[in-house]
Amino acid sequence: MDNSPRTPPRFSATFDAATLAEIRRAAATGIYDIRGAGTKRKLPHFDDLLFLGASISRYPLEGYRERCGTEIVLGARNAKTPVVLKIPITIAGMSFGSLSAQAKEALGRGATLAGTSTTTGDGGMTDEERGHSTVLVYQYLPSRYGMNPDDLRRADAIEIVVGQGAKPGGGGMLLGQKISDRVAAMRTLPKGIDQRSACRHPDWTGPDDLEIKIEELRELTDWEKPIYVKVGASRPYYDTALAVKAGADVVVIDGMQGGTAATQDVFIEHVGIPTLAAIRPAVRALQELGMHRRVQLIVSGGIRTGADVAKALALGADAVSIGTAALVALGDNDPAHEAEYQALGTTAGAYDAWHEGRDPAGITTQDPALAARLDPVLGGRRLANYLAVLTMEAQAIARACGKSHLHNLEPEDLVALTIEAAAMAQVPLAGTAWIPGQGAL
Amino acid sequence: MGARAGDGVFLGARALSATFAEPQAIDLDHVSVRDLNRALHALARSTNMTSWRVLNPAGRHALAVGLDAPVEVEIEGHAGYYCAGMNKSARVTIHGNAGTGVAENMMSGRVHVRGDASQSAGATAHGGLLLIDGNASARCGISLKGADIVVKGSVGHMSAFMAQAGTLVVLGDAGDSLGDSIYEAHLYVRGRVASLGSDCIEKPLRDTHRAELGDRLAQAGLAGQVDPAEFRRYGSARQLYAFHVDNAGSY
Repeated sequence: MDNSPRTPPRFSATFDAATLAEIRRAAATGIYDIRGAGTKRKLPHFDDLLFLGASISRYPLEGYRERCGTEIVLGARNAKTPVVLKIPITIAGMSFGSLSAQAKEALGRGATLAGTSTTTGDGGMTDEERGHSTVLVYQYLPSRYGMNPDDLRRADAIEIVVGQGAKPGGGGMLLGQKISDRVAAMRTLPKGIDQRSACRHPDWTGPDDLEIKIEELRELTDWEKPIYVKVGASRPYYDTALAVKAGADVVVIDGMQGGTAATQDVFIEHVGIPTLAAIRPAVRALQELGMHRRVQLIVSGGIRTGADVAKALALGADAVSIGTAALVALGDNDPAHEAEYQALGTTAGAYDAWHEGRDPAGITTQDPALAARLDPVLGGRRLANYLAVLTMEAQAIARACGKSHLHNLEPEDLVALTIEAAAMAQVPLAGTAWIPGQGAL
Repeated sequence: MGARAGDGVFLGARALSATFAEPQAIDLDHVSVRDLNRALHALARSTNMTSWRVLNPAGRHALAVGLDAPVEVEIEGHAGYYCAGMNKSARVTIHGNAGTGVAENMMSGRVHVRGDASQSAGATAHGGLLLIDGNASARCGISLKGADIVVKGSVGHMSAFMAQAGTLVVLGDAGDSLGDSIYEAHLYVRGRVASLGSDCIEKPLRDTHRAELGDRLAQAGLAGQVDPAEFRRYGSARQLYAFHVDNAGSY
């Protein structure tokens, strides 16, 4: 036997196990990978920021005695009836179709219990979600599936969707397994087709048209409803400025950690910028236009904890939206379903085949038997609990920073743990006065 | 640009003639688009103020949008973007040209453009009839969801893109990529089609289609004037309804 020293097997960092497996999968199937959820890569995120808390120069508020406000008004710029929420955490747009009717109802119930809003999606408004949502935002998407003036008027706000963080520049997608009779009828589509929605609006292009489109929507609804404009985070400085110029009451910026019901993996992982990198350019655009706090900024994409909420607000957002976290609160990826996840070839925590409609938790499905597993009342309660925790956590941090309202949090309360986060969030690297990248967008 | 919400609307005597026997006239040289739409939105479906004239439209946007009553609105001139958008029940006539997105997302009723229409005429419309006496520009009937569109002239490129349901009848020619990625809408063109888009093919004009086409022509007031047999029918080949690797070259 040859005992001379040998080079041990060495794996490539470039061609790692996941990369090799994907090449083999692509070669075997000839089709790109489609999945749900948001980016899974590690990105600079809110975890890379810390609050400084009070010290000799700043004094804190008493945790259980002194009030720390959380209410928010959205859309007072132009709307006769602005949206008033008890907490600055809203539920992001997710369609009936991508989600079961029970899941949509649960989101509405939970949001209503918590005093916040929920949002329709790329499939129209259902009576269930309207009925169970005190404040419902109606999305106006390129596909216009199910769009009609009656639902527009019974909405509390209108959100013009230009893009979403998981796929800036991409349209909606819903594969045939989830195009049930009801979903097909709502979208005027043949049952069972692989629906690929338009990525561009059919009747406007660019910021000048958008201004006229917003005027039309205001006229349609007699100037009552706040009009949001939602974009995927890619050019947040310019998109925010253009949305404001076009007349938006609220700008929604969705970072690349934001989820999707079904999109190509390559799109999710390689298009768009992290949430952390999107907030300050958007806020700067608002400030330069004299519109910060007059036009509200909602930030979404990877919000999980009250700390994330507080950090987003400290960087200048007026509110945040949650999608993936809300689904987890309802029971998505719960280890209780581990045996079924295993049967689907995955494991709890990694399940992202939301497009296939076989969700053991009954959330991302149109299968009546699976959907029936989700109790909308219990789900709503769980979501309300989670929203309460997010709010209390954010308040705990705000009080520690001496703030009597979450909106009083400011960038000066934050430092960064990494140079990347310091540059993206435009706050100093901890222990230094160094903010890299100042002056850049 | 357009009107902003304001208090204290005054539809003065010069702007609004209030006798019931003759049409209500709204002069946009004297009142705002907001005033016009507010007045039209205030109408109950049972209103007896069923006849309206809009004077001096001057290409303003969002005229007579969101109507929900069986009234007649005559727009005496050119209209800007989104005229009669999301119309329900009303019959709106534009005595001039119409800008982008005329009758967009119409639900029912009838919109008649006496001149030409710009891009995206009848976009996403769910119901009702859009009649265009002149030509329509690009993307006519884009994402159509059930309405009927009759264009006496020609339509531009990418018309009926992703059209889901309804009919598009073109007495003239159609531009490039007609019916690209079409679903179940029915397209009838009498003239030349520059090219068909992905998954759009010519289909036989059977009796049911001749009857459908004849009905739409009759609705457009063309019964007896235009022979349905002169048209060719186009629709979906349904080859792209499901993802398949072999179709990649079609996208």
